[in-house]
Amino acid sequence: MASDPRRKAPRPGFVLDVDRSTPPILFHHGDNFRLEKLPADRSRVIYPAEPLPGLPDPEESIYQALINPIDDDPLPSLMKPGMKLTIAFDDLSLPLPKMRKPDIRQRIIEQVLDIAAAAGVDDVHLIAALALHRRMTEAELRHCLGDRIYDAFAPQDALYNHDAEDPDGMVELGTTRHDELVTMNKRAAESDLLVYVNLNIVSMDGGWKSTATGLSGYSGIKHHHNVATMRESKSFMDRHSSELHHSNWRQGEVIKNHGPRVFQIETTINNNTFGYDGPLSVLQKREWEWTARDRATFMGMKKGLDLMPTSARRKIFNGWEAPYELTSVQAGNVDSVHEVTLEHCFKQHLVPVEGQTDVLTFGLPYICPYNVNSVMNPLLVMCLGLGYFFNMYRGKPLVREGGVLIMSHPTPWEFHPVHHPSYIDFFEQLLAETTDPLELEKKYEKQFAEDEWYIHLYRNSYAYHGVHPFYMWYWGAHALQWLGRVIIVGGDQRAVRRLGFQPASTMQDALEMASDVVGPRPSITHLHNPPILMADVT
Amino acid sequence: MSRLAKQIGLPRLPAVLSPVRRFRALDFPLRAPSTPRGVAPLPAVRRTGVDYDTEWARRKPARMVRAAIIEGPMRFAVSGLAAPDRRGQDRLLGLEGPIIFAANHHSHLDTPLLLTSIPAPWRHKVVVAAASDYFFGTRVTGTLSSLVIGAIPIERTKVERRSANTAAELIDEGWSLLIFPEGGRSPDGWGQTFRGGAAYLAAKTGVPVVPIHLEGTGRILRKGRSLPRPSTTSVTFGRPLKPTDDENAVRFGARIEREVAALADEASSDWYRARLRAHAGTSPGLTGPETGRWRRAWALGDRARGAKRRTRNWPDI
Repeated sequence: MASDPRRKAPRPGFVLDVDRSTPPILFHHGDNFRLEKLPADRSRVIYPAEPLPGLPDPEESIYQALINPIDDDPLPSLMKPGMKLTIAFDDLSLPLPKMRKPDIRQRIIEQVLDIAAAAGVDDVHLIAALALHRRMTEAELRHCLGDRIYDAFAPQDALYNHDAEDPDGMVELGTTRHDELVTMNKRAAESDLLVYVNLNIVSMDGGWKSTATGLSGYSGIKHHHNVATMRESKSFMDRHSSELHHSNWRQGEVIKNHGPRVFQIETTINNNTFGYDGPLSVLQKREWEWTARDRATFMGMKKGLDLMPTSARRKIFNGWEAPYELTSVQAGNVDSVHEVTLEHCFKQHLVPVEGQTDVLTFGLPYICPYNVNSVMNPLLVMCLGLGYFFNMYRGKPLVREGGVLIMSHPTPWEFHPVHHPSYIDFFEQLLAETTDPLELEKKYEKQFAEDEWYIHLYRNSYAYHGVHPFYMWYWGAHALQWLGRVIIVGGDQRAVRRLGFQPASTMQDALEMASDVVGPRPSITHLHNPPILMADVT
Repeated sequence: MSRLAKQIGLPRLPAVLSPVRRFRALDFPLRAPSTPRGVAPLPAVRRTGVDYDTEWARRKPARMVRAAIIEGPMRFAVSGLAAPDRRGQDRLLGLEGPIIFAANHHSHLDTPLLLTSIPAPWRHKVVVAAASDYFFGTRVTGTLSSLVIGAIPIERTKVERRSANTAAELIDEGWSLLIFPEGGRSPDGWGQTFRGGAAYLAAKTGVPVVPIHLEGTGRILRKGRSLPRPSTTSVTFGRPLKPTDDENAVRFGARIEREVAALADEASSDWYRARLRAHAGTSPGLTGPETGRWRRAWALGDRARGAKRRTRNWPDI
């Protein structure tokens, strides 16, 4: 394995111009796949970079980051006996899919705790900074943090999920110069030191967004999770051009001045989503490099998936743990650390692309940040496609204004009743009335956000907050405004229409439907994602 | 029959020698030479104890047999008798090459438990340092020990450089070593002071030492008992240790013992409290209080977490 040439000299991402000899291209299609032949001479495919080499000794790299932080004091010097220490960490929405054990969070937090133990710190709390996401289960916490940490802290109620609706558990730290309220988890806010352990899978994560959003509540989050902000975030994957991040950074200023001392630890991982070997490794290869074995594996896998019931397919994919490797770890001052993180993130993800396209295509996989161990419902299909994938650009969108987006996903009319109760009502009641994000925000957001039953489920069950489906819709607001049409290939027709999109049975049909909007013989660009890539469009 | 042969005039057949007689009738060089009188015979070659040659047990056929035994009957027996809870194997992630595994020692069950717990890259290329006087006392026990657990003989009653050299050579050849630095099973449930073997070998070969704490095997088959009684056990792997520049074998040995004690603390309390005590130098020692026997036995009760005791309702209702 160590001698694998792909590990030693990973190839960068690139743009392939499709010609007649180009084989059919792989499209993810939920918990299945499609192979689609793209029109020659006017199509191009953007391939992600191969996985960058992981750090040879992650433990040592973590240790060095903690004792040689960027623009901050070494972590051991910040630890004092009798102090109040809080360690917050990203929730299970990162990374995707979940990574093989030991998770990076476990590796880092164990070292942080060891330093705390050396200083004799007794008062330590660990908080899953999940903002308005669902609570993590014991098994999920154990996966992220390992049994040692869980068994040491959970029985004493010192390891728990952030509760943004706990009336006694939140504090207001102040307002920004734009009059944005900043709220924070009380325990974190009143700590002598807040250590935040982040995991950057995309460039959107990390920085002040970690604390300003992850440990905040609805009254703070609503200042940047809204239609106007999302429409001005071009894109929200590009921190310096993202209004979402500007707002978070303003809130970060307030935290800096009125909140706890924050010691930020950020990490990046490589693109090794499906591994170099094993049944899914074929998904990480370029189609013309598939060996006979790869082709046989793919055909067998596809046939098997076709025959399986949905529940079995879901179980298989939810069980997949990615062999991600740590590519960087940096700690210290939030702003300085995040800039280094972004460099590492872009190094893995950015692919230079010249010019925009009339039609953008991509296949949506089985997972997004909000359906880990859950169901990918139609709202999440919209959020992943129009929110995340559409925004995988720096500079300008891959697709021209008024262009067409074609996504491939089964889009079942199906919801996880425990995880997504408010999504069901949003989809069945509100979207039947309107799909306009502004109208939905104006008329219904407050009602869903303050609904007692949703709040109860968020706090005591494993439900996303009542307002969360609105955020999913806002996430795609920029794309909705930008695009001329959205087509979903192979989706449940009723569900697709409820989203306000057009269903198509085949890619050929979808391309014909697209020509109604962008004219005949449009240029087509396919985003070959995942593994993750981000287009640097010039 | 012979009378009949005589009557009909058949010639007499030569007497058939028994195999023993035939063997005795053989002469040199088919038979060993006798030593002439007046010449001092060479001293007899010892083939037991530290002199037992275990090289054959590290060849492929023996390794395959051993792997089959470990993965088959041994694993089955261990899970039935000991129901092990294995922790900390993730601490070995990223390690390559041979390792010295150093564990505390309560029972004969410790070796099978560890051989089925050590992660796969090392499990099938590990030799076990075993007492030469006990496991290699006869050719039969030596053969069985080398075949089944991959034992190599180590002299524990006197200082013997040969055993250490053999172990070091094997480590250099890529074999991992499982060693019980206490030198023998616990006589009373408490640990014994670690000897310097593991630390010396680590310093000599430059390979890391992984401390391991075993809990519960003494309840199943303690020293002096012949029949096992099923119970639960835990195996806790620690972080790999290497001697620092200013640390000699004695100090490093003491650190290995402290780490095993910290793992014992971790197994009986929780990881963070154990780390706090380890850094403060207040981890409970493995060797127990230096008091009278009954008080040591009394104190032992505090550590026996999860010990299963049979309860009986009386009267039966």
